[in-house]
Amino acid sequence: MASRYSIFSLLRESLRGHRGWTPAWRDPEPRPAYDFIVVGGGGHGLATAYYLAKNHGARNVAVLEKGYIGGGNVGRNTTIIRSNYLMPGNIPFYEHSLKLWEGLEQDINYNAMISQRGVLNLFHNDSQRDQCVRRGNAMHLHGVDGELLNREQVRKLLPMADFDNARFPIMGGLMQRRGGTVRHDAVAWGFARAADSLGVDIIQNCEVIGIRQDDNGVMGVETTRGFIASRRIGMACAGNTSRVASLAGLRLPIESHLLQAFVSEGLKPLVPCVITFGAGHFYISQSDKGGLVFGGSIDMYNSYAQRGNLPVVEEVCEEGVALFPCLSRVRMLRSWGGIMDMSMDGSPIIDRTAVDGLYLNAGWCYGGFKATPASGWCFAHLLATDQPHDVARAYRLDRFATGRLIDENGSGAHPNRH
Amino acid sequence: MRIPCPHCGPRTHEEFTYYGDATVRRPSSSSPDAVAAFYDYVYTRDNPFGLHRELWFHQGGCHEWLVVERDTRNHAIKGAVPARDVFKAGESK
Repeated sequence: MASRYSIFSLLRESLRGHRGWTPAWRDPEPRPAYDFIVVGGGGHGLATAYYLAKNHGARNVAVLEKGYIGGGNVGRNTTIIRSNYLMPGNIPFYEHSLKLWEGLEQDINYNAMISQRGVLNLFHNDSQRDQCVRRGNAMHLHGVDGELLNREQVRKLLPMADFDNARFPIMGGLMQRRGGTVRHDAVAWGFARAADSLGVDIIQNCEVIGIRQDDNGVMGVETTRGFIASRRIGMACAGNTSRVASLAGLRLPIESHLLQAFVSEGLKPLVPCVITFGAGHFYISQSDKGGLVFGGSIDMYNSYAQRGNLPVVEEVCEEGVALFPCLSRVRMLRSWGGIMDMSMDGSPIIDRTAVDGLYLNAGWCYGGFKATPASGWCFAHLLATDQPHDVARAYRLDRFATGRLIDENGSGAHPNRH
Repeated sequence: MRIPCPHCGPRTHEEFTYYGDATVRRPSSSSPDAVAAFYDYVYTRDNPFGLHRELWFHQGGCHEWLVVERDTRNHAIKGAVPARDVFKAGESK
């Protein structure tokens, strides 16, 4: 392993002119065979490989990434972590994830800038308040923190918000103080480094172009760098799940959609926590550098293009200004798009497939980032033991056929409505 | 994106409402494999990387349902025809 990061290693390197740092992970040639292959070197794939090695003692694991580490959705999100869900299938999973986030930096010896600054969902009418109370109660029943703030408490936090908006007055909010933000690139780099130090081969620029099967199930993958054999293969390639799964003849309850996100120029401290606007679909936080990080809905149509259209930019900015009128003259610095696996009920899938030895981790919609550690934890458990982890038991692939959907929004089998 | 509406000409996609995959067909409820067929119809999708045939409703215009052929890799639109023509012709895919 590269040397442990600490204040002492930093001091030592400062005195040596920072010439002693080594790459955070190796760049190995693929071996002909592995015990486990994880397809997809995003946050979920890297976390899966890390927990396979750490929790299950696997020493012969490869992560195959078609591009480079940090170039996909793990670097294209709004970095929010939270566990303020409603459905029984979701809360324990996301709470497990939040607990893993809380100890992650010590565990992987990497500063991921995890900041539990709170996540506040605003409500603007009585029925939204009722919904927030219901969701808060569901969270409390699962031992998750949640707090109902009244209008004056919100005003103290957000003096710049438009409380006198005639149509969408802010009546209060549901606050989860343990929620917050994480530096997303550091999550990819930290998991990659930690997995590599436990012997995982991280193979970049290696696209899977075929999945070979025999009568006993999966045999290995054809890649742009040759055939690699394995009897246990996990797919964690959100955005492109349908494409990779189709190589094994699978047709999934997933559509790929496009989500945009935005960063403004740097400002002095303005937004103290993550805030969601209940009257539309808008969420905002402020990075440690001062830029406002915000986003809204997906673009609504199927897409694999990692860039969006202007009407969504306009709508998101309008919602931001409706909530905080003082933002109207702030300049937007950057915007980008990522491809989401939108599942048919808005919840993820961590399960076996019809092909023996081929496992699926998919359907994260646009909530995948916060799930990264628990997704890896549970997927590693499934790959190593062939049994679902307790907190991910509800994320079955056959729930669509059996009617056991986990539809947080109650919007039906329309992926773009979740 | 501009969708070439056969009645209104090229119009911004903001005027349209997206419905989704236009290639799925409602199966017969009396067929012996109806349960599996309905599962496929309601839930599974090809989700193609490339040309996608999809339904758009011209809400802000002529109120026609259209079948639009669009490339999901770059949003290039190949064409749009009234959905009734496609469905009347009994064209399945």
